[in-house]
Amino acid sequence: MIRRLLVANRAEIASRVFRTCRDLGIETVAVYSDADAGLPYVREADAAVRLPGDAPADTYLRIDLIVDAARRSGVDAVHPGYGFLSESADFARAVGDAGLTWVGPTSQSIEAMGSKVRAKDLMRASGVPVLEVPEPPTVDDLPLLVKASAGGGGRGMRIVGDLDRLADEIRAARAEAESAFGDGTVFVEPYLLRGRHVEVQVVGDTHGTIEVFGERDCSLQRRHQKVVEETPAPCLPEATRAALHEAARAAAAAVSYVGAGTVEFLYDPSTDRFFFLEMNTRLQVEHPVTEMVHGIDLVALQLRVAEGGSCASGRSMDRAQAHDLTGGGGHAIEVRLYAEDPAAGYAPQSGTLTAFAIPPAPGLRVDAGFESGSEVTTFYDAMLAKVIAHAPTRDQAARTLAGVLSRSRIHGLATNRDQLVALLRDPDFLAGEVSTAFLDEHPPSTAAAGGDHAVAAALAVAERDRLARTVQHAIPVAWRNVVSQPQVTRFTESSAPREVRGAAGTEDPVSVEWWGGRDGYAVPGLTVVAASPGSVTLERDGVATTYAVSGGGDRVDVDAPGGHVSLTVVPRFTDPADAVASGSLLAPMPGTVVSVAVEKGQQVAAGQPVLVLEAMKMQHTVRAPGAGIVTDLPVTPGDQVAASEVLAVVASRSKDSADTTHEEI
Amino acid sequence: MTVTNREAMLTKLADLEAEHAKAVAGGGPKYVDRHHARGKLLPRERIELLVDPGSAFLELSPLAGWGSDFSVGASVVTGIGVVEGVECLITANDPTVKGGASNPWTVKKIFRASQIAEENNLPTISLVESAGADLPTQKEIFIPGGKLFRDLTRASARKSPTVALVFGNSTAGGAYVPGMSDYTVMVKGQAKVFLGGPPLVKMATGEEADDESLGGASMHARISGLADYLAEDELDAIRIGRRIVARLNHRKARTEPVPPFVGPDEDVEGLIDLIPADLKEPFDPREVIVRVVDGTGPGNARSFDEFKPLYGASLVTGWARIHGRPIGILANAQGVLFSEEAQKATQFIQLANQADTPLLFLHNTTGYMVGAEYEQGGIIKHGAQMINAVSNSTVPHLSVIMGASYGAGNYGMNGRAYDPRFLFTWPSAKSAVMGPAQLAGVLSIVARAAAEGRGQEYDEQGDAEMRAFVEASVEEQSLPFFLSGMLYDDGVIDPRDTRTVLAICLSAIENAAFSGAGCYGVFRT
Repeated sequence: MIRRLLVANRAEIASRVFRTCRDLGIETVAVYSDADAGLPYVREADAAVRLPGDAPADTYLRIDLIVDAARRSGVDAVHPGYGFLSESADFARAVGDAGLTWVGPTSQSIEAMGSKVRAKDLMRASGVPVLEVPEPPTVDDLPLLVKASAGGGGRGMRIVGDLDRLADEIRAARAEAESAFGDGTVFVEPYLLRGRHVEVQVVGDTHGTIEVFGERDCSLQRRHQKVVEETPAPCLPEATRAALHEAARAAAAAVSYVGAGTVEFLYDPSTDRFFFLEMNTRLQVEHPVTEMVHGIDLVALQLRVAEGGSCASGRSMDRAQAHDLTGGGGHAIEVRLYAEDPAAGYAPQSGTLTAFAIPPAPGLRVDAGFESGSEVTTFYDAMLAKVIAHAPTRDQAARTLAGVLSRSRIHGLATNRDQLVALLRDPDFLAGEVSTAFLDEHPPSTAAAGGDHAVAAALAVAERDRLARTVQHAIPVAWRNVVSQPQVTRFTESSAPREVRGAAGTEDPVSVEWWGGRDGYAVPGLTVVAASPGSVTLERDGVATTYAVSGGGDRVDVDAPGGHVSLTVVPRFTDPADAVASGSLLAPMPGTVVSVAVEKGQQVAAGQPVLVLEAMKMQHTVRAPGAGIVTDLPVTPGDQVAASEVLAVVASRSKDSADTTHEEI
Repeated sequence: MTVTNREAMLTKLADLEAEHAKAVAGGGPKYVDRHHARGKLLPRERIELLVDPGSAFLELSPLAGWGSDFSVGASVVTGIGVVEGVECLITANDPTVKGGASNPWTVKKIFRASQIAEENNLPTISLVESAGADLPTQKEIFIPGGKLFRDLTRASARKSPTVALVFGNSTAGGAYVPGMSDYTVMVKGQAKVFLGGPPLVKMATGEEADDESLGGASMHARISGLADYLAEDELDAIRIGRRIVARLNHRKARTEPVPPFVGPDEDVEGLIDLIPADLKEPFDPREVIVRVVDGTGPGNARSFDEFKPLYGASLVTGWARIHGRPIGILANAQGVLFSEEAQKATQFIQLANQADTPLLFLHNTTGYMVGAEYEQGGIIKHGAQMINAVSNSTVPHLSVIMGASYGAGNYGMNGRAYDPRFLFTWPSAKSAVMGPAQLAGVLSIVARAAAEGRGQEYDEQGDAEMRAFVEASVEEQSLPFFLSGMLYDDGVIDPRDTRTVLAICLSAIENAAFSGAGCYGVFRT
């Protein structure tokens, strides 16, 4: 019996495992890096152990630190979550050697499946179809995919469309794999341009039972990372579905699999054939869709199997996740909400999540690792939450999920929310025409958010100013007895590159002109129904829309049925002193430049004399404020300079951008 | 009937808007465009940037110079605005009107602004860009105009801060505005501050000097020290001005918080239905009061507690609150003031002074009653008591001329000569020594008597023409735009804005301490 369990992971998956532990009466222990100290999962655990540092290599990938944390916190079991050490045979062994229960497959299974080359051989021997490339490949086999045997999450993958380049690409992939995974083994597969990613959930126990809990379609990916996952897989012939399940069962049986695992296949809809890709020997990110449709708790099953129990009766005994279809069935769709800007090449975002509220809906499940006020860093995976909808039909699940996402309040960071909403409403997606090329063929929309978001923001800011007044509290906003001009509030849009109505381009600020006075706010073309710092209702063409506004300082987030827009107030004034290039050396007083000790482009050290200024018969040496390069030197000896005139600009050496690691699953 | 009242008032309000638009238009599109083309801002654009976002700006004397040879507004904008949470008296020259030159009305308007700053302890911010005195009218400006600079330094001596933001010319006498101010900001490349420009210097001493070395902003910031701050541009000057005010450590005399309050019990919109198109018809001022004062709510169980309701019914007196501030109100009800009304007013004004409560006078009076019965009853004595009380009362007074304000009634109800802190006029108002018809009639009677005395036959046709002429010219000179043009009020306002205007005034008043009078002139009883 497990009494106390440590989750060697972070954020939403740690919270997820803790939830089941609480249900089962198991005490919980969290580990956290310095960057994660404020996240909810740390508080949710009964105890927490700090892993000093931020980078995964210093924290969540340190087997020694985690085993030590497990020992010190008195746990009797370790759950690895996903990513990080979840597929490390060494970690599984270290946990076992410490006398603790490992919630996962044996280290042998992990090792067998960890090498894709070995796994493929094993599968071929068990009669599971695998992708084969004739040796040597011909032009007919193009395009090809070069993959690292030890890789995952798309790292080390290279698509080759030209046979002449194959040898070079293999060499490059080998080098990359060697440095990334410490294993330079690579292999070559045919590359299926419009294939589908279909995977099967299996659970095995120590009694030799292998249970199959249906399949999941995870075809919608960007940069080989999953974005939308669902079960059952749409548009899949029943015979193929059954064959997939049997192939997965055979794959798991081939390694006497114990625990929860996922067998991934590439499905070619044009030929109705599928091929084994790899087996993930852990819980998947997308496991909730399976839980909801099958009415099971996969974490509870993992724990029971780890305790030596049976997985055979899992369906009836396990707590069903909150959903209306208690008997199972229906359709579930999960989306991954990422802190990233899809329009800027999916660049990860960091900052404070100033608001994070996903409205409830029947059949909705939210597995989040963050909450309002959380700091999001770029040290780890950019996923904020998984949002899952379960409904009788696929269409309904998609509609519910899109509706919930569009009504969510997610402020402070750019996210892929709008892209997710667009995907869930895309006719091709709703028709089940999914493939791994889907996102490339349906790029993120840059369409303007429909609505008067900027107007709402301007009036909400005006209301905020009104409430902050120290005199004349109840005088109507912007009241004038002699009217000469409208009030103007200017914004820049924070989440480039979308445009707000009225904006000429993203670089140009959005100007909102409005009038105050006795009868309240007036905006040309609109009727202002109500305004407060948090909510503005505007009527256009007789249709009233309420905009929820929030934000602190100059940042304003506006949510409405038409979408979310993030704006930054352009200040009325900027201090010219702030506009001086940073690193500028200003004349401390009026004087004459006596000598100049450096040249433009020269490297200087902190404190190094740059020039000498004579004023009032005194010589003043002006020194470099920090190490850097002299990028500007507008003066020469003999020049008269005024106080605060720029003498030189020393640009600090640009530090290499912090090495960040993104866990990819 | 109601519709007619409303239509009459709306017509007058449209006229008012048109007159205000003339002031806003300044020197007209040609000069406005030229000014903008130089990258410069108009006075009201400067003010809009200077005051806190979304705060109110109460412009004062916007119709100054109306009916004169000079532009409506008198080439300067004055008003009360909130800068960094501080209520300030702001003045801004309008350089599109003859280069912002000061004419006699400009000077009067700035004097009035200085008086308001002084009485209410408001910091002054001058947005300067003026070509100096309007030379053709220098005789009306030069001698009295010196008061302008005297007022600035006296304000400083009172510890009422003065800030000058110089955007352009500020030469000769005008140079003393930055010269006398506590803080001076000059815009680089634009401000020009010197006693004598290049031609005058050449004439006087033979020295050849350019604008910049005589009075440029950079010179004053670096060499003469007249400029405390050198602004990069107009926006920067306004930014610096706001930072200066933020650091003034200005504290209002009133420190206790304003209690919560609610809006009027009756719809403010009704105010423009109330005033009869023909002022001969009386109207009940309680209907005005209930639309101006705070409504009933917690701490304010009745919106208006009437004092002495059964006595002197032609004058309504009572207590109320406006934006949480206590106020005593005197409002004419039937036009005529009798002895009872005068005595009631005298007592009420003394009560307000006992309680340090400001007073609001709502004018609609044709004056004190005449006739043998009333003279014998001591109407002069009683009127004198009321004027005595008004004159020597030391609580702040606010006056609003709603309708008629004739004769000594104007004095007793705290007309302009009695220095109310603020006096505003509704478009429906009329003010003169007496009604135009009465005045013409009196002249006619006197002339007829004189003719009869000389044994001459009276020229009836000439009399009719004289009466028509007098009546028309007095009528014109009784109207609000004319009186406002003469600086006899602080502005003509939309009746529906009365509550807001009074609340701004009451808030501004709280910058200076006040207390009720301890003694009065001898009351003749």
